[in-house]
Amino acid sequence: MAEVIIDRVTKRFGSVEAVRDVSLAVPSGELVVLLGPTGAGKTTLLRLVAGLEKPDAGIITIDARDATSEPPALRDVSFVFQQYSLYPHLTVYDNLAFPLRAPARRVDETEIRKRVTRVAELVRIDHKLANAATRLSGGEMQRVAIGRALVRRPAIYLMDEPLSSLDAKLRAELRVELKHIQADLGATMLYVTHDQTEAMTMASRIGILQEGRLVQVGTPREIYERPVNAYVAARLGSPGINLLPVDALPASGAPDGAVNVGARTEHVELTPADDGAAEVVMVEHLGSENFLHLRLNGHRLVTLTSPDAQWHPGRRARVSLRQPLYFDAAGRTLAAAH
Amino acid sequence: MAEIRLENLQKRFGDFIAVRASSFSIADGEFFVLLGPSGCGKTTTLRMIAGLELPSSGRMLLDGDDVTYKRASQRDIGFVFQLFALYPHMNVRSNIGFPLKCQGVPRREIDARVEEVAKLLRIEHLIDRPVSGLSGGDSQRVALGRAIVRKAKAFMMDEPLGALDAEFRHFMCVELRALHDRIHATTVYVTHDQVEAMAMADRIAVMNHGVVDQIATPQEIYDRPRTMHVAGFIGSPPMNFLRFHASVAPGAESVRLNGESIAVPALHEGVADGDVALGVRPEHVELVDDGGIRGEVFGAEYMGTMQVVTVNTKHGPVKARIPSSRKARIREQVGLRFAKERLVVFDAVSGRALHSDLFEGTLHG
Repeated sequence: MAEVIIDRVTKRFGSVEAVRDVSLAVPSGELVVLLGPTGAGKTTLLRLVAGLEKPDAGIITIDARDATSEPPALRDVSFVFQQYSLYPHLTVYDNLAFPLRAPARRVDETEIRKRVTRVAELVRIDHKLANAATRLSGGEMQRVAIGRALVRRPAIYLMDEPLSSLDAKLRAELRVELKHIQADLGATMLYVTHDQTEAMTMASRIGILQEGRLVQVGTPREIYERPVNAYVAARLGSPGINLLPVDALPASGAPDGAVNVGARTEHVELTPADDGAAEVVMVEHLGSENFLHLRLNGHRLVTLTSPDAQWHPGRRARVSLRQPLYFDAAGRTLAAAH
Repeated sequence: MAEIRLENLQKRFGDFIAVRASSFSIADGEFFVLLGPSGCGKTTTLRMIAGLELPSSGRMLLDGDDVTYKRASQRDIGFVFQLFALYPHMNVRSNIGFPLKCQGVPRREIDARVEEVAKLLRIEHLIDRPVSGLSGGDSQRVALGRAIVRKAKAFMMDEPLGALDAEFRHFMCVELRALHDRIHATTVYVTHDQVEAMAMADRIAVMNHGVVDQIATPQEIYDRPRTMHVAGFIGSPPMNFLRFHASVAPGAESVRLNGESIAVPALHEGVADGDVALGVRPEHVELVDDGGIRGEVFGAEYMGTMQVVTVNTKHGPVKARIPSSRKARIREQVGLRFAKERLVVFDAVSGRALHSDLFEGTLHG
């Protein structure tokens, strides 16, 4: 496995700047997730690393080698696409073995058998190696597609929303498994998604993209707890962070210049009070917890409470925030005044 | 508004029993959810209530009247399918008023009712707009308005949010429930999504293979599941099952798992030498360094303040929902301890929960 460095890379399509001056290092053995909505530039960045696109400016280094103008085949990368594309006329085994049988690679059949068997176990498809690729469920096909990337030991694995075509339950399962496999192999991975849960749960580090720019890079925890601006703060967490004008709450130590205050659902504290400013609008059961939907001076607020707490629509409460985040008029995070 | 009562309602398609004799009542003004995997009989049940499907046996009462053999049109029930379809060539007002126009309601009354519904849905400002330019949320509200404008005795909804992405679905759940709290119409809602059911329902009926496994409030279903199917269907992640072989005597206050004694709520029934499953919710699992059920960390998923740690044990994988401050490394050996008073012991063959103090007690005060 090798380190990949993206250095001040820009990519234009006509007049559109899809990727703007992005610098990002993917250290060896890490799983770096690019998170952003459609059109943020995440897939373009992935394709630039793969060599499927050529940058208009900047340098891409793979394993300390300038790869900027290398064709894809020479870059030593494996790509997994969103839509599994298996060879329908081949068995699962032959699909997995295919990348190793490329004439240029010259891997002997004993070695192929060893690697295919190991990978099939990893992605838990070893009981169906003899099946035709077409006689698999959607989840199994995607596992074969991931497995086909994993039989090779390239410098870096590039994954473009590999789980997004699967149903919620399977996605949750494969999320844990893929992360386990990555850690097990010590693989270097650049992974693209628009699903914040995938980013939070799988990444060593997350890069948040907004309109082609990389606005923050950090561990899931750093990004969740210390977002650089309101845009990043709103990308993580489900339901999203509560954003309110600072004057919606009674004076709390807001720093100079603060316009908005942000509080995650688990950081809103409620005290029952008949004269409280907030009113419970709805109680949403999760089982383990409840989401309380409140109205506070005309603003909506969602908090997380224990099912033991007796809240009903119409009850009033006083609101205080733990670990509030303050944002200025431009949305930038301000240091809290204490 | 109306009370709905099902008495031994059953539906066969040839040899196949789609819905086994079930009896239950849906109270006036209740938001009642039929929940289960595809093929469990939930939609067939809904269609029988609506009168779109005749039962093979049993009775169906609407506000005390036997309507078993009445046609859908005679039952005064509103039906909402996937909330998408609007008439693209009509504006918001005509879309909402269309069902009334079909019934021959006078124009003036249609206008009044449409305006009332638009107000209820907070779309008064859009009423003369064409529907083509509306946002996703507003189109959904218009479709909903068209369903409720008829003032039916009850509303039947069949996966109305099925086609939406996760975030928007959650948003619409909140809207739908808020609307219900304003109009209090008896509502029967079919879904396979437990999050929707938990979020909106007054009561949930969990179905499986044509059988109603349990009917209760969301919290009751979550805390005291009557079957392994219910326990495994509800929650995200769902309840963990540790499977083992044992003899469990009535009155027992612990079970032995691989030599380890685990305290459970006092059991009122037993299993003689059989397959048993210990059910535990992820938030009732604690990671300890020494003792407990031993296992190896397979993965940890950061979720913000909390994380979900998957631990492989001899009895199967167990997910623990614990604070993110506790570090959990892949391959780390850990022990698991469970919150005694929340555990459920199942007969793993029948899938039924063994009756215990848990089912007698009152959780959550």
